[in-house]
Amino acid sequence: MILRFLTNARLAMDSMGATLMTDMSLFYDSDVTIPSVYGAPMTPRTMTVDAESSGQKEVDCRRAAWMVAAQAGDRAAYETLLRDCIPFITRVARGQGIRPDLIEDVVQETLLTVHRARQTYDPNRSFTAWLRTIAQRRAIDVLRRVGQTRTREIHAPLAYENHSDPSDGPEETAFHIDHTEVLNSAVGKLSARQREAVEHLAFRSRSLAQAATVTGRSTGSLRVDWHRALKSLRTHLSGKG
Amino acid sequence: MIRSVNDRLVQALGADLTPVRRLAPPSLRVLTWLAIVGAAALALAMVSDVGAMIRRLMAAPDMWLAAMGSMLTAALAALAAFELSLPDRKAAWALLPLPALLLWIGASGMGCLRTWSVAEANPMPPDQPEHCLIYILGISLPLSLLLIVMLRRGLSLRPNLTAIIGGLACASAAATLLNFIHPYDAAATDLAVHAFAVVIVILANTIFGGRILMSNTR
Repeated sequence: MILRFLTNARLAMDSMGATLMTDMSLFYDSDVTIPSVYGAPMTPRTMTVDAESSGQKEVDCRRAAWMVAAQAGDRAAYETLLRDCIPFITRVARGQGIRPDLIEDVVQETLLTVHRARQTYDPNRSFTAWLRTIAQRRAIDVLRRVGQTRTREIHAPLAYENHSDPSDGPEETAFHIDHTEVLNSAVGKLSARQREAVEHLAFRSRSLAQAATVTGRSTGSLRVDWHRALKSLRTHLSGKG
Repeated sequence: MIRSVNDRLVQALGADLTPVRRLAPPSLRVLTWLAIVGAAALALAMVSDVGAMIRRLMAAPDMWLAAMGSMLTAALAALAAFELSLPDRKAAWALLPLPALLLWIGASGMGCLRTWSVAEANPMPPDQPEHCLIYILGISLPLSLLLIVMLRRGLSLRPNLTAIIGGLACASAAATLLNFIHPYDAAATDLAVHAFAVVIVILANTIFGGRILMSNTR
């Protein structure tokens, strides 16, 4: 009973303080703190919100300036911007309910999307809002992908443990080594550009767009070299070459 | 370890950076596309009887209302598609052409009722429906190709929705242009053929255009 009375009294004083702050905030600058009617000094709520909002605006303007510089080809500004975006994307992903082990996927997918969509950013609009929407969409895509994987795969640790490994036998291992040598030799006969296409598209399972980003080549050029490499490998491996 | 993966990605993206030309606002891009549709309309006007077309459209309110509905649908759907081709736009943009689409469908339905009830209406001869279908598909094809090329400059995070709305824009633009070479009142068969053609164009855009736009995002 006494506790409830004290709580109510404190809430009433809070409300009085808020009214006082609202009234007085009309007359004071944002750096003025108004002494509390009980205990620690209070900062007017409206002023705190303004300060937070101006801080966010400042961050947004800074990111927008980096992005404008990136659109003009400034690599340093671009890398600074991308690094600055990572904690923000992480927060957005957490807000979307992404599991901690999948947050990095969302971060990387979002950064790749920002890279491909950089020509669509309009400096007259908020960069942070632009980035937030992309991060949210990418988080949804990751959630959807995980959901689809779950429908196809089951968690069966015992079955996994009991499954015999076909590569354990010495014969299979020797056969495998032989195969690897033949493949390595065939890949070694390819031109450097064709080898690069095979390495990224086949060995590292990258998409054409990802391989193009990493190698700095066009997707068309990669595709041409990929098809030529396949043709050449087919000839070598079938023993016609 | 995780940090280094992100760092490597940032460096790779930095190394891949090239200057880009900022995309024009959707309103400007839609005007470019509509200007090309206008040029096609001009070309058709030169080979058709424009006076007869205007007289026919003005003969009954449902005729000009349907033409206005299809024209507005084309413009609004194209604007919605250009908006959706940007990654930060909401899916609600897809609803933009809905009122114009309802006007087009409603007015066409009214025209259909009129030709059914009025004796002096000028319905389409029985051998014409396939011509309508060919015209709509034929006009939609170049418009769709152009629109997909233009949409591809953006980066849509909803490629299928963007392609559907783009398909609607092309089909309704083609249906508007059909007025130049289609001197008949709306009959039930005619309306069904138009609807069938519009659905085919939207489906084709969704299947092919959606894939092209999707390849852009991956």
